[in-house]
Amino acid sequence: MNSYEPWSAARAAEIIAANVGCEGPALPILHAIQAAFGFVPEAVEPMIADALNLSRAEVHGVVTFYHDFRRKPAGRHVLKLCRAEACQSMGGERLAARAEAALGISLGETTADGRVTLEPIYCLGLCATAPSAMLDGRVVARLDEARLDRLVAEAQR
Amino acid sequence: MNTRLFIPCDAGAVAVGADDVAAAFQAAALARGVTLDIVRNGSRGLYWLEPMVELDTAEGRVAYGPVAAEDVPALLDAMLAGELHSLLVGPTEDIPWLKRQTRLTFARCGVVDPRSLDDYRVHGGYRGLERALALGAEAIIEEVVQSGLRGRGGAGFPTGVKWRTVAAAAASQKYIICNADEGDSGTFADRMILEGDPFVMIEGMTISGIAVGATRGYLYIRSEYPHAVAAMETAIQTARASGYLGRRIAGSAYDFDMEVRVGAGAYVCGEETALLESLEGRRGVVRAKPPLPAHKGLFGQPTVINNAISLATVPWILAEGAAAYRDFGMGRSRGTMPIQIAGNVKHGGLFEVAFGVTLGELVDEIGGGTASGRPVRAVQVGGPLGAYFPRALFDTPFDYEAFAGKDGLIGHGGIVVFDDTVDMARQARFAMEFCALESCGKCTPCRIGSTRGVETVDRIIRGDEREKNLVVLEDLCHTMKFGSLCALGGFTPYPVMSALHHFAEDFGVTPPVREAAR
Ligand SMILES: Cc1cc2nc3c(=O)[nH]c(=O)nc-3n(C[C@H](O)[C@H](O)[C@H](O)COP(=O)(O)O)c2cc1C
Ligand code: SF4
Ligand code: FES
Repeated sequence: MNSYEPWSAARAAEIIAANVGCEGPALPILHAIQAAFGFVPEAVEPMIADALNLSRAEVHGVVTFYHDFRRKPAGRHVLKLCRAEACQSMGGERLAARAEAALGISLGETTADGRVTLEPIYCLGLCATAPSAMLDGRVVARLDEARLDRLVAEAQR
Repeated sequence: MNTRLFIPCDAGAVAVGADDVAAAFQAAALARGVTLDIVRNGSRGLYWLEPMVELDTAEGRVAYGPVAAEDVPALLDAMLAGELHSLLVGPTEDIPWLKRQTRLTFARCGVVDPRSLDDYRVHGGYRGLERALALGAEAIIEEVVQSGLRGRGGAGFPTGVKWRTVAAAAASQKYIICNADEGDSGTFADRMILEGDPFVMIEGMTISGIAVGATRGYLYIRSEYPHAVAAMETAIQTARASGYLGRRIAGSAYDFDMEVRVGAGAYVCGEETALLESLEGRRGVVRAKPPLPAHKGLFGQPTVINNAISLATVPWILAEGAAAYRDFGMGRSRGTMPIQIAGNVKHGGLFEVAFGVTLGELVDEIGGGTASGRPVRAVQVGGPLGAYFPRALFDTPFDYEAFAGKDGLIGHGGIVVFDDTVDMARQARFAMEFCALESCGKCTPCRIGSTRGVETVDRIIRGDEREKNLVVLEDLCHTMKFGSLCALGGFTPYPVMSALHHFAEDFGVTPPVREAAR
């Protein structure tokens, strides 16, 4: 399970200050913010803009460009299913549909109880043991229906 | 002496249970009152055998696999008693799949403990740097040029020539960037080397820095690779603490330091100029060239950007000499290529071999055909921008020019195998969908064309004005190919058109006569 800190502007300011000194600090800051809060709250955008001497629109543009950065909190568990070609060749699409049916949501959505976010991912570099997935940062490969069902059940806990 | 085991910490092994296997060995050892030395090595790349456990014996390492945690108690008993076990594969070095390879770049991967600088040095590490320091900047570049090494990131540009350009540029600050964004499906060579032999990455970047006069390096790793990020961060700290990064590296007059930067899930950031934008903290939008990154790269300074495998090969070239590397290969493709065999294949993994091996050998002999046991129908070579090859083209040798001659590309060396259940119209649709999803948005043919492409393939699949829409699709591909700034929009037509040309029946088109006549 992922545990995140509640939003705190003071904590965000601390994170920004800790990273602002490096070359090209925007992505390191955004990663650190997301690691702390589980997403990139809108309230942090003007703070980053100030610290980096950018416009708010520029920061917003960066946040929205990258698939990794979430604009709203994720579920307690994040299950990412690989949708790229090597996983497709081993039935990954069928497994993705099965997970969607089991959770009652589509890829990219979070269950109503806030437990599980299901996301597509495009290759985990586990293509010789496809199909692959990642549950809260833990990699799992050689998925079949039984293993996927166990993974989904684990995510729902 | 304690019993010594090697159990990979490679993400590919961990994903199929290697951590559980290691824990099971610890528990079983405790229950038997024996002590085990467990080394968490990288993977040898024989993924169908992962988790592959190796036992250190007087005659060398012996491999067992694929090992499940449940197998461990009986397996440990057999190991301790010197008895045979059904999971025994044999002496690792004698496994034909490994024996048939020419491991230069991957010589140490799966052999050494990736956390140990001593182990790295014992296995030939830092010999390349030693020779580089003796040669000096100009001679290093000459050596890399002479080796014939071409960029392993896809474009195949001669690495030494790129370095020469950066060396010739005058600037107070230059940079070395290692591109480990490895977004292509079917590829995992970068991941394996970062996790299994991280010091070679540091050595390669350091040599590059000395050659061109750069003192700072960035290693850009995709966020989908957390294990690689952790392995590299640990190795960088160790190298720094041991005088291999920082001021006056290895007691020389040169300074070089580097850090890891993590991507954020954008495929296009593997494109070198988008990667620069990303490192600078902006949207990963592709820059028009010129200026080349070699002239105006990171923060406007002269910059070397090389793929991880290009850089990881440099220490071998320096240590063994350009001629030794150039002796392998065919035509203008010199040396070896770590080929990644993936997808629906029986024996998938990393196979490093001299250029010239044919696609058919790779898929049928080395890969052993499909995992499903059904006939191989198509293979996609070179990632999501690479062409689909039918069996009829399996005599194509692995070589940059030979693949280009067949309207394909070798890219980063990934091969994805599909059996006869594949629907090639759906694969063509996916290629367009992926392009639409990942387009940086700078050019219209890529941004709009890919979305139009998805719709058009959908109409073809539905049989909606099929003849007309096939012409629309060809036109769209033509526009994307010639009107796109980078290879995302420019090469997406490869998988689409190859699917259409070689597997027309999946698009509801009557097979051409030559196909029917066979
Ligand atoms: C859409 C796109 C994605 C790319 N992704 C990668 C990548 O993940 N890794 C890589 O090394 N090169 C990638 N490239 C190629 C780079 O632009 C560049 O050619 C390469 O990093 C140069 O290094 P090399 O000469 O050592 O191959 C990509 C190119 C494009 C157009
Ligand atoms: S081809 Fe696509 S990804 Fe490449 S620069 Fe143009 S819009 Fe961006
Ligand atoms: S394609 Fe799914 S892990 Fe690479």
